[in-house]
Amino acid sequence: MNPSLTANPPVATPYFFYGLAAIMIIGGILVITRKNAVHSALALITTLLAQAALYLMLYAPFVAGVQIILYAGGIMVLFLFVIMLISIERTMKERQFNKQWLVGIAAAGTLGGLFIAVYTTTTNGRVLFPQGAVSYVEAGNTQGVANLLFHRFQGTYMFAFEIASLLLLVAIIGAVVMAKKRI
Amino acid sequence: MNAIILYIKSYLDSDLTPGAAGNWFWATVYILLVFVGLSVAVIAMNWLERKILAHMQVRLGPMRVGPHGLLQPIADALKLLLKEDIIPAEADAVVFWIAPFIVVLAAFTVFVVVPFGPTHAITDMNIGILFMLGVSSLSVLGIVTAGWASNSHYPLIGALRSSAQMVSYEVAMGLAVVSAIMMTSLSAEGGTLSMIGIVQSQLAQQEWFIFKFFPLGLIAFAIFAIAMVAETNRAPFDLPEAESELTAGFHTEYSGFRWSLFFLAEYSAMIAVSSIAVTLWLGGWLRPFPNLLHGDTWDQIFSFFPGLTFLFLAVITFYNVVRMPQHPLFKIQTRGLAGFGALLGLIGLVLFVPVVRERVGDIFWFVAKVAAFMYLYIWYRGTFPRYRFDQLMKVGWKVLLPTGLALLILTAVFGMRAELLAQVKEVFQR
Repeated sequence: MNPSLTANPPVATPYFFYGLAAIMIIGGILVITRKNAVHSALALITTLLAQAALYLMLYAPFVAGVQIILYAGGIMVLFLFVIMLISIERTMKERQFNKQWLVGIAAAGTLGGLFIAVYTTTTNGRVLFPQGAVSYVEAGNTQGVANLLFHRFQGTYMFAFEIASLLLLVAIIGAVVMAKKRI
Repeated sequence: MNAIILYIKSYLDSDLTPGAAGNWFWATVYILLVFVGLSVAVIAMNWLERKILAHMQVRLGPMRVGPHGLLQPIADALKLLLKEDIIPAEADAVVFWIAPFIVVLAAFTVFVVVPFGPTHAITDMNIGILFMLGVSSLSVLGIVTAGWASNSHYPLIGALRSSAQMVSYEVAMGLAVVSAIMMTSLSAEGGTLSMIGIVQSQLAQQEWFIFKFFPLGLIAFAIFAIAMVAETNRAPFDLPEAESELTAGFHTEYSGFRWSLFFLAEYSAMIAVSSIAVTLWLGGWLRPFPNLLHGDTWDQIFSFFPGLTFLFLAVITFYNVVRMPQHPLFKIQTRGLAGFGALLGLIGLVLFVPVVRERVGDIFWFVAKVAAFMYLYIWYRGTFPRYRFDQLMKVGWKVLLPTGLALLILTAVFGMRAELLAQVKEVFQR
């Protein structure tokens, strides 16, 4: 779809990545620190949009489009819809953080250790995760996703995909059961 | 200096969109052209809507500012810019400030992929139609936050209505769009989501998708045409801003410049969804009857249409110049209208120049089809009473959604009928 890609390689890719990553991290921090739920939701939308841009940088425009439609467009609207019905005055007074800082530090330490493990090479030159070669195929992306899911022979992710939607069904049933005592 | 000129000229030989060619200069030019064109279209729509609605209700409409109220939109814009910008004391100032910009950004960004011609688009994306649907659905966030941030009852109810309405009609809209995209996969190049690709697939199949698998294409188009009115919050689905119930709905507390941003966004969103409908079902930039009336002679004849349209408008204008009152007080107005007619005639004549004629044909047909939709929007507003909220939900979930699902399955069956028949035959032969 983009014949110029080979002639003009993408410019300033690292800077775009750092910019987007910074937006995502700041947005993520704002989501948990804002007391006003609507502000949190707006910060979450910013994070999701920056994530969609990251997908675009990875030459996965289809995933980026779906991210915008489903998360930023669909789910966040429902989020806001629900949040607006909550009394903001009462939520402002509520305690925002619990006192589980010991567990928190342990979890953060483990995650940090994992990050360090990923980026360190052992003495015999091996890494924990093999570095994959990045291939730039923008044109076949939409078809590629469909092939991975639905192709008769290559489609290996169909089952996982359907199981994931079953999980959502479980969540919906759970929500109905919790919200309505008598059905 | 030479290198710059070469860079600018190099694009003119290619048959790509500026985005695909990676040409910064022409991409900027196209963006500016689309932006200016859109702003002019919104201004024109403002005047046309007031005039057409007035004539439908046997009124005159704006007549004071300029001949036949032609300068009314400019006067309105000046008034809006000079108005005091009020932020209510109890409002959430930051969100109140951001909301109009979210709406405007969503409404304008969409035009990046709108194909005015095979090369006349800012860029062509692999995911064009998904991008348009996704970004235009972001505008509901602006409306919801605007209603909430106002911290007032009517805007909040308007925002709640708007989010419920947009989420429910998006589903039906998506189903209709998917059925059209499935039709693109029947051409030799395979299916595509790119806006230019969709029109080219209609060209390759020698059929606008509205007539494909009659009446399936027509039904899909009808679902989209209903859902798009609801998506843009226009009458008869204008519940989020129902004047008689909610004062002005979600933008009750907005004034001046910020209010005009909502206005701008509403009209450009209308143009955007109309151009999706035109691209998917009405053959985009293709002129009417390319399969029946083909050949150089017919191409020649159809290429005169843009110029003829403007000459026709000029003739109507001059007819009204003659009809102006002969009183000395109307002298300036008469001259102004004559000048406007002369301008229209001049544009018409320029459009007859062969060099221009060959290049604007596709843009003309695209814009003409979108303009028909814009007239329909005004017509709906003049004709239909507003739906009640439960009726709105009923239409969305109980009529459009099941129809859309059935349509999707039928389109798939019709598209695969050769393969299905072959399989059935195989089973019987065993």
